[in-house]
Amino acid sequence: MSSPARDVHATSEAPNSFVRRYIFSSDHKVVGLQYFFLALTAVTIGILLSLLMRFHLVWPAAHLPFVAGGIMEPEQYLALVTMHGTLMVFFVLTVAPQSAFGNYFLPIQIGAPDMAFPKLNMLSFWLTFTAFLCMIAAFCVRGGAPISGWTAYPPLTGLGEITGPGEGPGQTLWIVSILIFCFASLLGSVNFIATVIDMRAPGMTMMRMPLTVWAWLVTAILTLLAFSVLLAGGILLLLDRSAGTSFFLPAGLVVNGELQSRSGGSPLLWQHLFWFFGHPEVYIAILPGMGAISHILANFSRKPVFGYRVMAATLCAIGFLGFLIWGHHMFVSGMNPYSGLAFSLLTLSIGVPSAVKTFNWLGTLWGGKIQFHSPMLFAIGFVSFFVTGGLSGIFLAQPALDATLHATYYVVGHFHLVMGVASIFGIFAATYYWFPKMFGRMMNETLAKLHFWLTFAGAYCIFMPMHFVGIAGGIRRYADWTGANYLAALQPLHRFMTVAAFITAAAQIIFFCNLFRSLAKGARAPANPWNATTLEWITTSPPPFDNFGGRYPRVYRGPYEYSVPGASQDFLPQNLSAEEIARDKDSQDAG
Amino acid sequence: MPDSRLTQLAELNGAGGAGNGGASSGNGHGGNGPFDGGLIPQRTYVTGMMVALGAIAMFFVALASASIVRKGLAADWQPFELPRILWLNTLLLVASSVTLAHARRRFLAQQFEEFRHWWRVTAILGVFFLVGQVIAWWRLASSGVFLSTSPDSSFFYVFTVAHGLHLLGGTAGLLAVVRSSPGPMLRKTATEVVALYWHCMTALWLGVFLFLVATK
Repeated sequence: MSSPARDVHATSEAPNSFVRRYIFSSDHKVVGLQYFFLALTAVTIGILLSLLMRFHLVWPAAHLPFVAGGIMEPEQYLALVTMHGTLMVFFVLTVAPQSAFGNYFLPIQIGAPDMAFPKLNMLSFWLTFTAFLCMIAAFCVRGGAPISGWTAYPPLTGLGEITGPGEGPGQTLWIVSILIFCFASLLGSVNFIATVIDMRAPGMTMMRMPLTVWAWLVTAILTLLAFSVLLAGGILLLLDRSAGTSFFLPAGLVVNGELQSRSGGSPLLWQHLFWFFGHPEVYIAILPGMGAISHILANFSRKPVFGYRVMAATLCAIGFLGFLIWGHHMFVSGMNPYSGLAFSLLTLSIGVPSAVKTFNWLGTLWGGKIQFHSPMLFAIGFVSFFVTGGLSGIFLAQPALDATLHATYYVVGHFHLVMGVASIFGIFAATYYWFPKMFGRMMNETLAKLHFWLTFAGAYCIFMPMHFVGIAGGIRRYADWTGANYLAALQPLHRFMTVAAFITAAAQIIFFCNLFRSLAKGARAPANPWNATTLEWITTSPPPFDNFGGRYPRVYRGPYEYSVPGASQDFLPQNLSAEEIARDKDSQDAG
Repeated sequence: MPDSRLTQLAELNGAGGAGNGGASSGNGHGGNGPFDGGLIPQRTYVTGMMVALGAIAMFFVALASASIVRKGLAADWQPFELPRILWLNTLLLVASSVTLAHARRRFLAQQFEEFRHWWRVTAILGVFFLVGQVIAWWRLASSGVFLSTSPDSSFFYVFTVAHGLHLLGGTAGLLAVVRSSPGPMLRKTATEVVALYWHCMTALWLGVFLFLVATK
């Protein structure tokens, strides 16, 4: 059988100047890589901030050389919490799975030469980059970074410097950065949706799209509907800070002994607007990972995805339900108990499509000829973390339990496992899987597996004990636990988590070494190293400037035709026609 | 540049597409792709605009629900007299949609001189509307109603400024269609996209204005 990548040769007409080609490029692949490296930068900073936090929790009196005054103040700890959360949620979990991998692979997987609006795509990236610089600048201004958490609840955030260090220019920069980020994300989502609707190759029906494309499409729709609401809310918050309005600031507010001259606003209004964005944001972070690991599990089980249509439908169902359950972040805000009940039931109902997905992943693995390559390990790790983190969500979805657990480490453990680590494992799986296509070289498999096992065990060691700490009453966001006896009793667990965090962070050095070493010295990657079926694998590694060297594919079959009975090889690429299969079979029989 | 890339693609693919493409060639590659004819499929621009309008609608729905919640929560809502010029502005904007529809019909009938005339009239009406909005803000300010005066005035300014910025973009789009040379987007598509946006901004203004009147 001839290689599926036959007839494909580079006839690219890439721009010649370095700046147009690699910096202000509108090529979706370059934009995707720019997003990828932006996310790598952000995740590095985010991890360093979390290590500082973990260190401070265990040794609160230690002298730190780069902290003004030597010993970290509680406000500085809160600034770390805020910036860690913001960088990770916006600039890692939103940027990497959707903007980076989506930009790079969505057009190729549907057989298109680029995104629908390439220049808009370039603008999205540079706006996101501007937002990132703006966010980082918050460290450098008077008062430092904001202390209000990634949720920026008013009245703390609405009044300026009087509410604490970091609430001056730092908080303003934070809001401006988020507004720019919202705008960039909206432009990006318009591009994604239009591309999927109108740029598919002939034969690429919706039901032949890889599940990755389904996931990016649903995520783009969530982005479109959620970030526009955050944009509106963010503008109102900025006006409260800078123009003296009272959208979110109540009357009679006394801060540091001073009566504030605002009237009648509602901090809860911000919470509603924020969480109407914030909950779908959780799915924006994880749905692309679900798509990627469905793709990878099928590839390395050499089996079709179990229940493809159901998998696409549950992506849509999770996306839809995600807009109805924001209230579960506000159970303790004093909401009407009947509202709490409604939000609780709707939240529990998310368990249904989530469980269906999990069973289908297991169904895909069941009876497969499983190949434990590194992307597969990370994909299975994703399923593990998604289940572990998701189960604690069922507890938190009940208002009575949430009332006890809401302000504790139980919640920290829950969302880190399900939204943080699971999504990150999706990103790792995608990186190991698509690295050969993106850079034309293979990554080192031994280092990759070492990285997997250390990270897998390490992440459980960091986040599982948080559940116990939370049940024991360990309050989150406290900078120093040594003052209260019942909290001090939990310090051994904290020490364990801190040590685990440092080891897990060190394991990421293996990943970075592998990544950068493979970029320069990895073995040359063939067009289709994983014997996969989808269109990104019929072109060269890396793909030419126009993705398919001027010969655009026509699609004849679904995305996951592995181990088809009677076929001469165990995978049928999407662009393989029935005549070609028959011809191959004839020539084999003749041979 | 990707735009030229798409054009080159079609030259490669479109002209000979029928010959080397199609299921019968059986090589899994070839023409009859969505990129024949030299450009991104023109409907993509319309699709993109419709999706973007969805985001804009969501933005204003968020503001409207915030306004409703804010009004229901507190007793500091101080109604003020809406400037009467808003009614005139509304008329101007509705008129601009009528002239725009007329201009589009002239374009489709290939009467390009007439098209340019009515298209410019639309842009001028749009500018008049914006000037009218500025006069409305100035009148309010001179009677002591500012952004931070009351929640009522806050939402008034937020709504009208947000809509005004969107309409400013629409006016720039109108001018771009009659001025610029055709890019990857055909002029026919450009008129369709801009007209779609403009009509929606008129509808949005009617919605915003009704809402402001109703929440007095």
